[in-house]
Amino acid sequence: MSHLAILPILIPLLVATLQLIPPLHNSIHRQRISSIVAVLALLAVSILLVVNSTEQTEIYALGGWQPPFGIVLVADRLASMMVFLTSALALGALLYACAGEDNTGMYFHPLFLFQLTGINGAFLTGDLFNLFVFFEVLLIASYGLLIHGGGKQKTLASVHYVTLNLVGSAFFLFALGILYGTMGTLNMADMASTVFRLEAQEAVLAQTGALLLLLVFGLKSALLPLHFWLPRTYTSVSAPIAALFAIMTKVGIYSIYRVHGVVFGEGAGLLANVASPWIWPLAILTLIVGSIGILASPTLRTLTSNLVLVSVGTLLLTLVIGGGDGLGAGLYYMLHTTLVTGALFLLADLISKQKGKAEDRFVPSRPIVQSGLLGGLFFIAAMSVIGLPPLSGFVGKVLILQASMGENGMLWVWSLILVSGLVTLVAVSRAGTTLFWKVSGDRSDAQPASRLQILAVAWLLLASPLLVIFGGPATEFTDAAATQLQQAYPSVKEMMNAVNQP
Amino acid sequence: MEALFALCVGVLTTCGIFLTLRGRTFPVVMGITMLSYAVNLFLFASGRLKLNGAVILGLSEDYADPLPQALVLTAIVIGFAMTAFVVILAMRARADLGDDHVDGRPPQKIEDADKAKDRVS
Repeated sequence: MSHLAILPILIPLLVATLQLIPPLHNSIHRQRISSIVAVLALLAVSILLVVNSTEQTEIYALGGWQPPFGIVLVADRLASMMVFLTSALALGALLYACAGEDNTGMYFHPLFLFQLTGINGAFLTGDLFNLFVFFEVLLIASYGLLIHGGGKQKTLASVHYVTLNLVGSAFFLFALGILYGTMGTLNMADMASTVFRLEAQEAVLAQTGALLLLLVFGLKSALLPLHFWLPRTYTSVSAPIAALFAIMTKVGIYSIYRVHGVVFGEGAGLLANVASPWIWPLAILTLIVGSIGILASPTLRTLTSNLVLVSVGTLLLTLVIGGGDGLGAGLYYMLHTTLVTGALFLLADLISKQKGKAEDRFVPSRPIVQSGLLGGLFFIAAMSVIGLPPLSGFVGKVLILQASMGENGMLWVWSLILVSGLVTLVAVSRAGTTLFWKVSGDRSDAQPASRLQILAVAWLLLASPLLVIFGGPATEFTDAAATQLQQAYPSVKEMMNAVNQP
Repeated sequence: MEALFALCVGVLTTCGIFLTLRGRTFPVVMGITMLSYAVNLFLFASGRLKLNGAVILGLSEDYADPLPQALVLTAIVIGFAMTAFVVILAMRARADLGDDHVDGRPPQKIEDADKAKDRVS
């Protein structure tokens, strides 16, 4: 059995632990180098995982305990893709942080790597309780990162964020208790193969559990009535953390894909598609509220936070528009939107540092020091995030529109995605013109952005053209991942039996 | 026993949620703690309630399900860590914001400040 599947969890965990003891602990320089090395190693491992996953799904039984009783890690296409996305995003965020943000408080690097441990674990695990544990790992690291550097705004935002997430964790456990009580298992593959056998009486209970889980994942992914924490949290954290948090909402969406798309999906008997009547209206409302938020945003950071909301709505729509096409398109869009919103958070910070007192508010103010460079980067990011050709946002949206062709609710999907695109176009061009052209007075004497910061933004933005140039293989991969996701659990079951016979 | 157990979980959850919805940090922390106790009891019950059942096969006539016990153990550990964190955070918020209200200041003051802002503009 190859140990590849556990490495994305072990590498950041070990390096983070080492960073807490002297040879690394007392020098920020050594911490930076070790973190970058760890993230590069993660990137390499995740590329290997992706390549590996096209041939076979890696099932890793932790500690050799036999599934379904032990905990398993499942590195199928979707999980490997998400781990790859995390490492790519983390590299950008980390490079940016190494330009100085990591020195505003203690323990930035260990917290950052613990956060990666949690995120990777949540993507790789095949067990619902283990998913809860990794959620807690990533959450407690994110609490630390959120408040890192201190300040009133951060404390205020984290009181809300921490309280909401703790209540969310309690509900998560309630849901797990109900599901374990009715199904007798928490292994997702095992659940998928027992759920359709539930009696009507137990099915009602399990439905409660499933919907409670939707509530929890909805909270993590900022689904509509549970999204109020997001703009405040994302605007108060430091830029590299905000960029890294771009993946956090996707952890919630990924869990919804896994649990409500597969375990309670088509083949769940009495509980088939139990969540879609909820996801439909909520996703639509999230899109609408996100779009209104985009128009109403006073700063570039709030704008980007609302863009995250819009992407959450879009991604959840792809879950309910039928067939593997929708999911495949959604996964492609997920790759694009995570990296580009991450880049936008970093750009917002660069702009706000060079604007002097006006920061990133959309008001006439002093010109930016490096207006050409930052303007160019902003232009690329804006094109991509609006969904204008030739960049990846366009391809992603076209794929989603194509997938919804002829399905029920096509009218909703088309009108909403196109209108939200238009709204984004209006808001982002207004933002760009105000920030870069409506200027008065002298240039501020702010430091120009360091090469490392520009490199970080460029690295994240590079994804957009790359996703178009390698669009063929990328869409093939995401489509295959979606198909595999939908058919996965019967085959996972077979592979489990294979693990059981050494 | 079942009725008593259900009552305990129900009352704890109700109190927990009620306290979590309060406006000051101390009741919120208490509420979260109560909610986590309720969760632990509830998880314990998910393996069915049983008296005198060992969690190992062959030690007694009927055996209890060991998995919920492992789950509860994990949940307790995580719950403790989170409670400790939220207590520290509440103290920090009190020090940083000068108020123990979850919004940093009570709604009354926020309204006053808004009115003052309106008057200025």
